[in-house]
Amino acid sequence: MIVDIDDIDRAILRTLQQDGGLSAKDVGAKVGLSQPAAWRRIKRLEDSGIINGRIIILDREKLGFDVVVYLGVKLMTKGRVSLDDFERAVCAIPEVQLVQHVLGVYDYRLKVVARDLSDFERILRRRIMTLPGVGNVESNVLLSEEKAVGTAI
Amino acid sequence: MQLDDMDHRLLRLLQEDATQSIAELANKAGMSAGTCWRRIEKLEAAGVIRGRKIVIDYAKLGYAVLVFLRITLDKTNGNAFEEFIQKARKIPEVEAIQTLLGRVDIRMDVRARDLKHYHEIYRSRVLALPHITDIEALMLVSEIKNTERLAI
Repeated sequence: MIVDIDDIDRAILRTLQQDGGLSAKDVGAKVGLSQPAAWRRIKRLEDSGIINGRIIILDREKLGFDVVVYLGVKLMTKGRVSLDDFERAVCAIPEVQLVQHVLGVYDYRLKVVARDLSDFERILRRRIMTLPGVGNVESNVLLSEEKAVGTAI
Repeated sequence: MQLDDMDHRLLRLLQEDATQSIAELANKAGMSAGTCWRRIEKLEAAGVIRGRKIVIDYAKLGYAVLVFLRITLDKTNGNAFEEFIQKARKIPEVEAIQTLLGRVDIRMDVRARDLKHYHEIYRSRVLALPHITDIEALMLVSEIKNTERLAI
């Protein structure tokens, strides 16, 4: 279900996308609302599920995770492959942050965060390649990344 | 910054729930609120905790389509990456641009309201970007897992 929001809500979302740790008072100051008015709007955005939680951002490199690899996974076409079995097993791997079912040259996209390349190799060989039904796997190592913040909102 | 077991425990707890109060956190980690607060301050000052962010449900905002474009660039041109990224950055629907080492050079996330909207962005904006030799598209069908939790 699509929720209707106005320009002030959009400004609040953009502000919170840049810094999710801001208080209602700070958000209000940036978009020109009083603290209670900002708080009510943020609450409404949360209640409607548009803001679907808050998470902590950790510096992965400072914590020793230097390697991010995106994998394209094709499932085997021969025999019976259970998507449920594959999904359950892949989601249980702690180093896999993202599991997306996609349409295109691959069936699934995975994001793996590892300490270094040998750690990645271990995860790939012991955990990914042994997943039920896994066929062809393509790896792309992340070199750099930039994220646009809420420009489309 | 050298992290000890207590720091790791705090980070794990914060990865599970970033909204809990210092008192709750201290209680779960088995330390006093003062100690907990000082440790978090230190982790923030050292940049291990970079901040907090909100998770947005884009479908609720009317953005139903997410496409991952995998792009190969013409590497005979020395400025291909810079020129491509500079122009791609200006497309508002492009959410992330990543340079990769592997079979493809660039990955771009494009978020659109619907397939018609995506098609417009693709034809008028994406295909106009410089130095592209090949584009592959993957369309998101469903997201089974999406977390930023690190295995600490």
